[in-house]
Amino acid sequence: MSVETTVEAPKATKKEALFSKKNRRALFDPLDDNNPITVQVLGICSALAVTVQVKPAMIMAVGLTFVAAFSSLIIALIRDSIPGRIRMIVQLIIVALLVTLVDQVLKAYMFDVSKKLSVFVGLIITNCIVMGRLEAFAMAQKPWPAFLDGIGNGLGYGIILVVVAVFREVFGAGTLLGFKVIPQWFYDHGYVNNGLMVLPPAALFLIGIYIWWQRSRNTKLVNVS
Amino acid sequence: MHSNRYTFLFAAAISVITAILLAFTSESLKPLQEANVALDKKTSILRSVRFEGTDRTVIENTYASQVQEMVVNSKGEEVSGVKTEDIVVKNELAKPVGDRNLPLYVYSGEADKKYYVIPLYGTGLWGPIWGYIAIENDFNTVYGSFFDHKSETPGLGAEIAEKPFQQQFQGKKIMDDDNQFISVNVVKAAAKVSFGDEHRVDAISGGTITSTGTDKMLKVCMEPYLAYFNKLKTK
Repeated sequence: MSVETTVEAPKATKKEALFSKKNRRALFDPLDDNNPITVQVLGICSALAVTVQVKPAMIMAVGLTFVAAFSSLIIALIRDSIPGRIRMIVQLIIVALLVTLVDQVLKAYMFDVSKKLSVFVGLIITNCIVMGRLEAFAMAQKPWPAFLDGIGNGLGYGIILVVVAVFREVFGAGTLLGFKVIPQWFYDHGYVNNGLMVLPPAALFLIGIYIWWQRSRNTKLVNVS
Repeated sequence: MHSNRYTFLFAAAISVITAILLAFTSESLKPLQEANVALDKKTSILRSVRFEGTDRTVIENTYASQVQEMVVNSKGEEVSGVKTEDIVVKNELAKPVGDRNLPLYVYSGEADKKYYVIPLYGTGLWGPIWGYIAIENDFNTVYGSFFDHKSETPGLGAEIAEKPFQQQFQGKKIMDDDNQFISVNVVKAAAKVSFGDEHRVDAISGGTITSTGTDKMLKVCMEPYLAYFNKLKTK
């Protein structure tokens, strides 16, 4: 019996694996260790504005992930040809282009969603996370890690948004994704929805508590700004 | 460091490329978007007469077979030669009452009962609010209502677009016993008012400005139609 031996072609040693340790870090670090909201303190403004209810928070997170990922990809592709003096304007053009495209496509194919999101989609342009990551990461990295970094930061942002929105919707309106979760019995016995929860300051408190909890659990973050 | 010449060329090139991309997408998606807007208007009108369907073809068919569009003026006359789809309610509101073209949608329900749907347009807290209100053929009872908004606060003002708020209007009256126009007032539950329960619905707590806007919108938009309604009543 002849034993067939397959000879593997020697791998190009210089080429980095698609999910090398470094790339995995670009993707997963923003979820916790390097979270855009709680550690990098970016994107706080929209985290206060769109977390009153869970559904818009989720859709906002998806939209931002898309824009952050593809703007990072595009910027990383053309990073060497962008003139340094106008790099931020170029970044802004790319971001605005993507956001407008998303908006147009939603209007044409998912009209109901676009009606709900009209304000929020435009807000993505001014979201600090997108430009923050372009400046800090995509301008100096190859396209693939930059793309992963965009996705990671979008998801890291999304986690915080959804967590905050769950608390705000449940305690502020007694619902979750529009369904009633606090039974009528509570209301009959004098329970009232917390009016503060639907206002922006509640998000600030909740994010503060989240940061507290995150740092008490994750020792890497102690003494990180 | 790139040269000035390169910087200018790069800026020009990226502007042109993105502009072409955007213009192309916008133009190619325009028919779809306009169809969506038209369908959305038809859906909103049908929602005000308690129609629940969501399927595109069902909505188109129901609208085509059961809704008749017409234009009236504040003197109670029917205006010919103007199409409802050409009328922008916002622009009409800017004109003096006498010059306004008032679109009216007549829905034929079961047993040929007619419902008169009036378009509404007003201002909320952050932006425009709009809607439709359906009046039964006694020209007094509200059959149903539908409201929508551009950017009211979710959980507060935005509640006007939700069913619980809209359903309050069903069965309310817009005229008092002396046939004077009272409208349906959006007021706080605790507010003391001179009219009865059939003329009021509960405002949204925390959404006072949107509620007041809705209240004003109802009054301003419904009143010019009364002349036409009176004419039909005496027929």
